[in-house]
Amino acid sequence: MDFRARSHPSWIGFAVHRVSGLLLALFLPLHFWALGSAIQGEARLDGFLRWTENPLVKAAETALVILLAAHLAGGLRVMALEFLGWGRAQKDLVALSFGLSLLVGLVFLFNVF
Amino acid sequence: MEQLKVSVWRGEDAGGFARYDVPARDNQTVLDVVTHIQRELDPSLAYRFACRVGMCGSCAMTVNGRARWTCRTHVRKVVGADGALELRPLANLPVIRDLAADLAPFFDKWQRAQGFFQPKDAPDGAVPDEFAVVAPGSKARREADAGIECIGCAVCYASCDVVAWNGDYLGPAALNRAWTLVNDARDGARGERLDAVAGDAGCHSCHSTRSCTERCPKQIDPSGAIAGLKRTLFWESLLGGKRHG
Repeated sequence: MDFRARSHPSWIGFAVHRVSGLLLALFLPLHFWALGSAIQGEARLDGFLRWTENPLVKAAETALVILLAAHLAGGLRVMALEFLGWGRAQKDLVALSFGLSLLVGLVFLFNVF
Repeated sequence: MEQLKVSVWRGEDAGGFARYDVPARDNQTVLDVVTHIQRELDPSLAYRFACRVGMCGSCAMTVNGRARWTCRTHVRKVVGADGALELRPLANLPVIRDLAADLAPFFDKWQRAQGFFQPKDAPDGAVPDEFAVVAPGSKARREADAGIECIGCAVCYASCDVVAWNGDYLGPAALNRAWTLVNDARDGARGERLDAVAGDAGCHSCHSTRSCTERCPKQIDPSGAIAGLKRTLFWESLLGGKRHG
């Protein structure tokens, strides 16, 4: 793929939306597996949740929240573009989406530690 | 920099780059460079141009990785510090030879998107008896005006990832033309046209990467036009609308 033709904000916005979506889809089975562990009793879920307190998992969780925020912002970008016709302001929206994603991730990070 | 180091695609879909040294000038378009190569260095080079002033849309090529109209692209705006220029035919189209791409699939899709005017009052193509009164400031007319200056150069089509992924996709230019006609009060084929652009190969396949809008040399916004088609189809499918008639 030739990135010389694709190095503009809207394409990067599209790529972030797509890649974050794929990574979230990969995470989904893990999410359901964790929820499913509650079926085998409270203790098992609690044990798992205690394990997630370790800093490495928290760091991964931070990345997850950033992915979620980026995907949400990307979805809002497409909705705004298609339903409101905000084409000309697109570049600013992309920048704003990135900023918001990072902000949400950082807020989460500071709440954790 | 006294010499431009120009790599030019030679051959058809299978081929390779040939290297030419072309004298650099203060004022020089990419089309001037190609013409110099053909006139002075290698008369067998195939390329296409006509008007040389950005009206006809025939001279578009891939210049250093990006689709551009070459007659209005100054070398100094695109050349690297080392004087390197890489010229290929437009992407997403069959190559006839060297820098000439076959635009037949591109224009076939304009037909499939019903990208041609069909007079409302005279469906047989006759001139209507009365002039239509169209307010220039009306929303529909402004939408149509925004996309009407397309010169059919296929830069948007060559820049579109969805065209590369789905060979049936109608592409930005055909959909842009359909959107101008959907907004034309004099046109009588609104319903058929919306049906033509609503399928799998139509506007809903667009992923809003907006490369078409980014690269259009006429500063048209085909991505916005496609969004307009999506919006129109959404509301008219949801609420029931004036699709036919």
